[in-house]
Amino acid sequence: MDYQVIWFILITVLFTGFFFLEGFDYGVGMLAPFVSKREEDRTLILRTIGPVWDGNEVWMITAGGALFAAFPHVYATMFSTFYLALFLMLVALILRGVAFELRTKEKCPCWQKTWDAAIFIGSIVPAFLWGVAVTDLAAGLPIGSNMIYQGNFFDLLSLYSILGGLVFVLVFAYHGASFLQLRLTDKGLLYKIQGLGKCAGGSAVMAYVLYLLLTMENTDLLARPCALGLFLATAVFFLASLCRFAKKPGKSSFILSALAIASVTVGFFAGMFPRLMVSSLNPDWSLTITNASSTEYTLSIMTVAAFVLVPIVLVYQIWTYYIFRKRLCADDPAHH
Amino acid sequence: MDALLLSRWQFAITTIYHFLFVPLTLGLTIWVALLETCYVRTQRPHWKEPCRQLVKFFGTLFLINFSLGVVTGIVQEFHFGMNWSEYSRFMGDIFGAPLALEALTAFFLESTFLGIWMFGWDKLSPKVHCLCAWLIAIGSNLSAFWILVANSFMQHPVGYVVQNGRAEMNDFLALITNPYVVGEYSHALFSGISTAGLLVLAVAAWKYVHDKASQDVFRHVLKAGAIYLAVGVLGVMGSGHMHTQYLAEANPMKLASMEALWENENPAPFAVAAVVNQYESKNDCEIKIPALFSFMLYNKPEGELKGINTINAEMAAKYGNGDYRPDVFGMFWSFRIMVGCGGAMLLIAFAVGALTHLNRLEQYPWLLKYLPLTLPLPFLANTAGWFVTEGGRQPWLVVGLQKTSEGLSQNITGLEVFLTMAGFTLLYLVLIVAALYVAVRFIKKTSIPVEGRDA
Repeated sequence: MDYQVIWFILITVLFTGFFFLEGFDYGVGMLAPFVSKREEDRTLILRTIGPVWDGNEVWMITAGGALFAAFPHVYATMFSTFYLALFLMLVALILRGVAFELRTKEKCPCWQKTWDAAIFIGSIVPAFLWGVAVTDLAAGLPIGSNMIYQGNFFDLLSLYSILGGLVFVLVFAYHGASFLQLRLTDKGLLYKIQGLGKCAGGSAVMAYVLYLLLTMENTDLLARPCALGLFLATAVFFLASLCRFAKKPGKSSFILSALAIASVTVGFFAGMFPRLMVSSLNPDWSLTITNASSTEYTLSIMTVAAFVLVPIVLVYQIWTYYIFRKRLCADDPAHH
Repeated sequence: MDALLLSRWQFAITTIYHFLFVPLTLGLTIWVALLETCYVRTQRPHWKEPCRQLVKFFGTLFLINFSLGVVTGIVQEFHFGMNWSEYSRFMGDIFGAPLALEALTAFFLESTFLGIWMFGWDKLSPKVHCLCAWLIAIGSNLSAFWILVANSFMQHPVGYVVQNGRAEMNDFLALITNPYVVGEYSHALFSGISTAGLLVLAVAAWKYVHDKASQDVFRHVLKAGAIYLAVGVLGVMGSGHMHTQYLAEANPMKLASMEALWENENPAPFAVAAVVNQYESKNDCEIKIPALFSFMLYNKPEGELKGINTINAEMAAKYGNGDYRPDVFGMFWSFRIMVGCGGAMLLIAFAVGALTHLNRLEQYPWLLKYLPLTLPLPFLANTAGWFVTEGGRQPWLVVGLQKTSEGLSQNITGLEVFLTMAGFTLLYLVLIVAALYVAVRFIKKTSIPVEGRDA
């Protein structure tokens, strides 16, 4: 197999890991303000992702680094194209990262409320923007023959891409709810989370159906049987998860929602292959794994590194979830 | 608005902000891991609890700083694609690899084990918990290694060929064994230790003076901190000296600018102070010590050093007409600020170390009282040092291969860059204030008494 193909697959894996893991921790951040108004409850809710969110975020950073190393032209074009959108995402992520550390350091209610708001914004904004970005990539952007974006900020926003953002927000909110169901003990909170999860999940289903229709209209992704199959599988996984969740939330509903996210991500990449960014001006100007990649030498070294390191990372990340597998309750000893 | 100039400002501002936190993270994580090792290994039962609280005390300061370091670091990674996409295209084949390796080997390690360390106090055995602290320290310092591998290439390209309109890697081993990395990395590592060392001393001095209940504990911290600081500063000086000697062959323009040495001299003097006149390519006035600079470079009071004017003419002959001089005034004075701050820190380390060792702290009450005021020293030194490194690279983005002006993204407007620059500057400022506020309040309210007698 070509190194380029291996790296296309590795980047798919990294984005799948990112959307699956950070998906639920964005979801938790989005839901926290709605689940409870009490500060203690919110602290408890956020503690479910406290030990892991930072590690989850590294999946995104690694995906970015891998794009840079393997497909530098994609990294260059994509990041300069989404210039202002990425700025907003960075502001959101900065607020979020600092908020987790600072919110508990002062007892004053306005202090905590401010950082809670930062976590909410820091979770919903990146989720939305990733949805917009993924949708734009599939629909195509005005990229010239020199690989440089020809449009402006507002060309990134269309009805379709905004719907894409909304789908991401709703799916992640639901995914967060199904994660929280596994991590808490308080009956009242669990009841509230179930209500919110059903609401987000139900809306996500409707938005996703609409999204599929627009995807058929705006892209050629669904013309490929394997991508089409994966997008439909997503619908099946998601509905199954939602049914389980509505009846009796538990591991199965979480696993199914994770599968839904994984299959839609893989479906997206399968539909794009071998392109990574589609040019709406001329199909030949799209950025592909061949015209945007690093040299074979660089890719070969990176491949060896990835095959040695990724399994190690997976082992210790899984260990983290194992250590913190116990459900949290309000009277657990404070962490620090 | 000029997108190039603004992008350069933006990069400088965000890098300087980021580099306020990074060295502290590098040094403090090792400090915390060392403390935790003491906690795990101590045989004196009444020290067990204070030791544990000390780990948590410095651990909390570390975490506050770390969170700012991480979030400002993501901006740096995105920056290359956002503002400098032509650079990314030209250099991606080489520059991307260390960045991706940084994420795979370092970021995952530090962030995953940080989560475990923070929340795992009652879930892991003390030894395993301590191991997590060391893994965080290894992760942080590995991350510095990879980023400096990338930076060293920009200063001194090795292991590449230019073809297909870009620089392509052909020797990965040369990239990571670039002699430039040795100088940059060891210097950064020790400056991290110095930065953390001075923070530890400043905090311990304040607690010693203002919190009688914790005095016993912080007397020990003062002693250990003084040693830590001394190790750091001596390391910084040694690695800096070595690296400067190496600059004579690797990057003579940078070296000559650090000295504001315009014409060739043999032996070269060391200028203590100078009024630099970049327009006329000379110093209007200077105080100098004869032959000292040659001595520093070649370990003997003779040896030629090329001047800026000569090197500029050589570069013009090689790369085409143009001005290849960095901002000499900035270089000259940044270098002196860096070295001056380092010297002051070494004095502090020796003074505090000697007085704690001799049990004479009480005789010089002003020393500890004013010690916290010296806290800006390492941050000033780090900023100045980073200016010497990066300012000395101008007008090149990658020395000899790509000019700064050629690396800019072509589709971004000055207004866009201005908005994001203003946004980051303000946001970072607010966050620093918030973090400082939290850190100071935390230091004030946390007390660490020792129960029982010292054996």
